[in-house]
Amino acid sequence: MGFNLLIVVSLAYVVLLFLVAFWGDARARSGRGGWLRSPIVYTLSLSIYCTAWTFYGAVGYAARSGLEFVTIYLGPTLVMVGWWWVLRKLVRIGRAQRITSIADLISSRYGKSNLLGVIVTLLAVIGTTPYIALQLQSVVLSYDVFAGHSSVDGGESANPEATAFWIAVGLAAFTVLFGTRNLDANERHHGVVTAIALEAVVKLVALLAVGIFVVWGVGGGPGDIARTIEASPIAIWDIQTGRWVTMLFLAAAAFLTLPRMFQVLVVENVEENQLATASWAFPLYMFLMSLFVIPIAVVGLATLPEGSNPDLFVLTVPLHYERSGLAMLTFLGGFSSATSMVIVASIALSTMVSNHIVMPIWLSARSGGAAMSGDVRHVVLVARRVSIAGVLVLGWLYYRMSGGGEALAAIGLISFAGVSQVLPAMIGGLFWRGATRVGAALGLSIGFAIWAYALFLPSFGDAGIISAKVLAEGPFGVGWLRPQAFFNISGLDPVVHAIFWSMTFNILAFVIGSILSFPRPVERLQGAQFVNVFEHSGTAQGWTHGAAESEDLLVMAQRIMGAREAQELFQAETARQGREGYLPDTTPDFLRSLERELSGSVGAATAHAMVSQIVGRASVSVDDLMAVADETQQILEYSNQLETKSEELTRTMRQLSEANEKLTALSIQKDAFLSQISHELRTPMTSIRAFSEILKEGGMEDDQTRKYSSIIQDEAIRLTRLLDDLLDLSVLEAGQVTLNIQSGNLSDVIERAVSAAASGDGRGIEIKRSRAREDIGIETDTDRLAQVFINLIANARKYCDADAPVLKISVGGEGQMLEIDFVDNGSGIPKASQSMIFEKFSRLTDQQKAGGAGLGLAICREIMDKLGGSVTYLPGQGGAAFRVTLPR
Amino acid sequence: MAKQILLIEDEPNIIEAISFILSRDGWDVATHANGETAMDAIARHAPDVLVLDVMLPGRSGYEILQDVRGRAETAHIPVLMLTARGQKKDRETADRLGVTRFMTKPFSNAEVLSALREITGAA
Repeated sequence: MGFNLLIVVSLAYVVLLFLVAFWGDARARSGRGGWLRSPIVYTLSLSIYCTAWTFYGAVGYAARSGLEFVTIYLGPTLVMVGWWWVLRKLVRIGRAQRITSIADLISSRYGKSNLLGVIVTLLAVIGTTPYIALQLQSVVLSYDVFAGHSSVDGGESANPEATAFWIAVGLAAFTVLFGTRNLDANERHHGVVTAIALEAVVKLVALLAVGIFVVWGVGGGPGDIARTIEASPIAIWDIQTGRWVTMLFLAAAAFLTLPRMFQVLVVENVEENQLATASWAFPLYMFLMSLFVIPIAVVGLATLPEGSNPDLFVLTVPLHYERSGLAMLTFLGGFSSATSMVIVASIALSTMVSNHIVMPIWLSARSGGAAMSGDVRHVVLVARRVSIAGVLVLGWLYYRMSGGGEALAAIGLISFAGVSQVLPAMIGGLFWRGATRVGAALGLSIGFAIWAYALFLPSFGDAGIISAKVLAEGPFGVGWLRPQAFFNISGLDPVVHAIFWSMTFNILAFVIGSILSFPRPVERLQGAQFVNVFEHSGTAQGWTHGAAESEDLLVMAQRIMGAREAQELFQAETARQGREGYLPDTTPDFLRSLERELSGSVGAATAHAMVSQIVGRASVSVDDLMAVADETQQILEYSNQLETKSEELTRTMRQLSEANEKLTALSIQKDAFLSQISHELRTPMTSIRAFSEILKEGGMEDDQTRKYSSIIQDEAIRLTRLLDDLLDLSVLEAGQVTLNIQSGNLSDVIERAVSAAASGDGRGIEIKRSRAREDIGIETDTDRLAQVFINLIANARKYCDADAPVLKISVGGEGQMLEIDFVDNGSGIPKASQSMIFEKFSRLTDQQKAGGAGLGLAICREIMDKLGGSVTYLPGQGGAAFRVTLPR
Repeated sequence: MAKQILLIEDEPNIIEAISFILSRDGWDVATHANGETAMDAIARHAPDVLVLDVMLPGRSGYEILQDVRGRAETAHIPVLMLTARGQKKDRETADRLGVTRFMTKPFSNAEVLSALREITGAA
């Protein structure tokens, strides 16, 4: 197989990855990325834990150190199974606080301290760079293996440095393209995650294929292989407890603190419940990854020539047996492991570098804070891209510097030890409210320094930064400071030594520093938000795009903008989306414009918090509240606040003037009412007084005396009735009426009303009823109901102007409400007057004929209201028609 | 010759009472019960004095008073306004519109008679 073919195949694979990433991004953008929320994709993306180091190196590790390689798989398994609740808390905090990286997590927890952000970023960059170099090296080595094989049949020899360089360039291109597409920290890299998931499958399939080939192809099946293992030195059960514990700890810590792991575990997490599946699926994945490590190692040791690099057994065993297809698959598996790690790591690191180093410098460089507006996004974008390139250049430089000669596993462990220095500050921050910025900064820097001094710098070799002399005698001859034998305790494995001392001092400094220092208010607030995240963030999660969410947004917008404005905005957007109603789809565009609208009232940060609270189902994060607080410190925002204040004042003024208008209207109403009452009372009294005076003077005919006396009597009755009505109405209106609810029959109530109304004045009227339909049991205040009926019947008697007046009382109504209609055959009520007949003192004809004060229908309305029903005018029935509704 | 009086009022009982009192006192009483057509009635009767209710169907007594004062041929007619709306505002409105005398219902018959005599200059 030619080297050229290899290049073509890997290029084709890269193109496939691009296409997959592109497709994943497009699906997610068009909202059809439901499957992206699948816990399987999430689990597969976690597999970037298994880099080229694990893909190739595990076999080498096993060949060199026996079963110890298992710790690398066991550590994360322990975390996934045993520390599932820590992960859940981490993910919840990440979502609630919109954490962008592990540096952001630490910085955010300890009061948004950028110093901590910088420390963690540096730590991550320094710890990850060798690791990236390691990936480049592994790809180059695997190329070389192929090239070496193919050189036999005249293939051209590869230039390793050039290969590494072009791989770095290709990875940078991929990462810039798919990693810096969106700026919002909250945005997830769907395309990248999709590609990573595909790579996870490729590497698992490749490793399993090699394993199956080794066990059943080379060996004679499981039994045979087991015997070979028994015979090999790998099977010697030689456990150095200290080293095993250290390795387990390192692997577990790294799983939590590696920037790339944090990226996929927390930042790219789409739904919290993905974690539940991952907690068993990911250990299963790692179990499968580790299943054939020992068989491959054993077979490699047994069949390949002495001195073959065991780190490449995965590749060289198939090549040895001329299985070029399998070797190609293995190569792609290794390539996948390396590239996926580099891509995610450089995204994570570039986010940290741009957010914690580049942006703060850029912002302070241009102190004119007010000028920062539109171009910030552009600057962030450029910073991210440059950071990605920078991270890869660093990795490449390290690869060149180290010469690619180190054993793969060693670099991996050094990296793990470096990033695990973040663990105390991280775990402490999650569970201990007393942890402070000072403690975290102290612990991190001391742990970091010890790690660099005791492990990282010596790894460059004797000729490196730390000379052999210092290693042997200590700096300036101070023996107890020897990098690999602190306090003269020598004989420890260098990794165990470095981890033990760096962690001891890290934790001590962290705890003591935290106890002795006093947290700032922001730290307190953030600390509470982190430690008590489950109390603050509720249970809802996930980005659901539905009408319910839209409705919530509308409810909120109405509160802030006022009902009419909010409804108009939502209606306009719904119309723009080509539909009717008030609930548009919550597209990003709409959310942005809504936020803009809202920020006019409450400020940008709060608006964002409010919208994301509903859309993101996250709590209002302290981050956002902090942002509000920070805003006040900026002159730009100061003016913003003033604007908000003045808007508030305007709003208050508007409310006051509205209240004033209402009061004025009420006062006018009250005046009119008093005038009306005065008129209604004085008019009958006028007649009474005038006629009494006339009668008193005497000297009149008997007829006349009788006539005048009866006028006085009538007017007195009219007065009494008016007073009764007024009192009745005022009691009803004040709501002081006590209803006497009892069971009755509708027919009886109508019967009672008809006979009561018949005795009143007015002409006789024929009443048509359908007693059968009236036979309905009712549960109400029957006296009050009868009062309403009497009023309606009396009105018909008084006002029906037909020659032969007829009043039809009919009962109907479906469902919950009974309908009792009173329809006469007169000329009805003119349309213009229909709306006012239920108002007080609204008499349509002249008063004498009416004989009442015009309170009857107003009283009826109040009564029916109290009874849970209504009385309304029914237009278009020929005569005057009223409908009484009553709950069944 | 008896002085002619036009009573514009819509309450039948009050019309009856006032007509009785005034006729007995020697006035020539005409009545009109509608606000809308009141101006026509005034033009037709050309009364010596006008007794005007405020709350009338069609048009209010205030509007009628304004018209009476606004027309040269009726501007001189003394107007006694009787109202059942007893608020201070009502009296002020009437005064502003040029009422000659303003009385609140209910009234004493003697007071009405003496007021009418006063404003018509009858002895």
